[in-house]
Amino acid sequence: MMLADNIGFAQRLGSICSQLMSGVGASLLIFFLTLLFSLPLGLLVAFGRMSKFKPLSLLVKLYISVVRGTPLMLQLLVVFFGPFFLFGIRSTPEYRFYAVIIGFSLNYAAYFAEIYRSGIQAVPVGQHEACEILGYTPAQKFFKVVFPQMVKNILPSVTNEVITLVKDTSLAFAIAYTEMFTVAKQVAAKESTIMPLFVAGVFYYVFNFVVAFAMERLEKKMNFFR
Amino acid sequence: MKLLEIKNLRKRFDELEVLKDISLDVEEGQVVSVLGPSGSGKSTLLRCMSMLEKADGGTMTYCGKTAMSEKDGKSVFADKKTLKEIKSYYSLVFQNFNLFPHYTVLKNICDAPIHVMKRDKDEVIKEGRALLEKMGLSDKADYYPYQLSGGQQQRVAIARALNMKPRMLFFDEPTSALDPELTAEILKVLKELAAEKMTMMIVTHEIAFARSISDHVIFMDGGVIVEQGSPADVIDSPSNERTKAFLKKLEQ
Ligand SMILES: Nc1ncnc2c1ncn2[C@@H]1O[C@H](COP(=O)(O)OP(=O)(O)O)[C@@H](O)[C@H]1O
Ligand SMILES: [Mg+2]
Repeated sequence: MMLADNIGFAQRLGSICSQLMSGVGASLLIFFLTLLFSLPLGLLVAFGRMSKFKPLSLLVKLYISVVRGTPLMLQLLVVFFGPFFLFGIRSTPEYRFYAVIIGFSLNYAAYFAEIYRSGIQAVPVGQHEACEILGYTPAQKFFKVVFPQMVKNILPSVTNEVITLVKDTSLAFAIAYTEMFTVAKQVAAKESTIMPLFVAGVFYYVFNFVVAFAMERLEKKMNFFR
Repeated sequence: MKLLEIKNLRKRFDELEVLKDISLDVEEGQVVSVLGPSGSGKSTLLRCMSMLEKADGGTMTYCGKTAMSEKDGKSVFADKKTLKEIKSYYSLVFQNFNLFPHYTVLKNICDAPIHVMKRDKDEVIKEGRALLEKMGLSDKADYYPYQLSGGQQQRVAIARALNMKPRMLFFDEPTSALDPELTAEILKVLKELAAEKMTMMIVTHEIAFARSISDHVIFMDGGVIVEQGSPADVIDSPSNERTKAFLKKLEQ
């Protein structure tokens, strides 16, 4: 009796996991593509924000404030339905995926931009003056001196954002893009059990555990200077 | 030969007039010390001279090339190419070193000569090592700045400036961030440079040092040069009341 129960449990867990696997790929894809686009884009946004050209810096400031001041879910809806309501463009099936990546990247770029900005501003004035005296060009100054120190300054904040991103990938359900959490909810409803949600929770936790571990390694790597 | 010629230099920060009509010359091989109470504008003078700060008026000429002149009451700077040339004539050593924390000692002193002056890498490194040897730091080439004492960091900063092969060096209170025993090691390095006829302008509070090393002493107060001349004149028998008061205060 007990044995049969255990076998039944194991089988169901196995079936749930294999069903969730189809969504895991989608979640990972959202995660990595968002980082791939938002990390560099955030740097451009930060430059715009710090620009001496007032109209640009104000425009970027507005963008950051809107992105940070409204729900990501709402932003995803706007990116997905916007083209249709604004221009009457019929969306193609693939656009659902693009909308997720565009929405996430624009959102995270705004957060990363503010992190970069604080990291850049934390580089002492004396570093800029030393570069000036040594004759570095602005590009040399940025890449040789400011950027490495910025990276060290911002790693803890970036870790926070990346961990949030892992969990935020579940918001793609807002525009019916099927990632892992969507699958988990479907399976839970179909089979009347909360086990899939529990398994999903374990997945996010393990994912973030790996992220935290990797970031900690990176922080240690940057400890070669102070 | 005059390496530096400053005439009627003026600088204000909003309402505050920090430099009022400063004129001075530095001859090749000369060591000029700048004394004066805190807030008198010594740093601002060095920062205007090294163009970290933009002066409001006056003229600045380096090795016969004019970097800044005045037209209709406004400062006019030379073209980019001339300024770049002029900037290679001098270097500035900061009070708090401003070494690059993420570069090793050797990279700190070799990176700019290689990537700014575009000099041969092997040659720069060879000369960089020789400079470290001279500064008594040959075993520290692969250290990072945080692993060094303040005095060692300042010696690296001096080596970094020297490796750019400037014709003159400016120092802004190079020992003020250091303990007395570390101050001594920097003053020793400056004396060696003076013996080699390096042209230097040094802002300092070390009066005894200034007396022994300088060919010329400038005393500043309230944004003007109150008195200047030989160390014997300015330090030993000052004629101005403010100079006397300042020196007396330092003695106590
Ligand atoms: N960037 C600045 N903005 C406004 N005021 C400044 C600035 N730098 C210096 N000052 C002022 O100029 C005066 C001279 O300063 P400084 O040149 O640093 O004097 P010193 O080096 O002789 O102590 C001081 O009153 C100081 O507060
Ligand atoms: Mg000062």
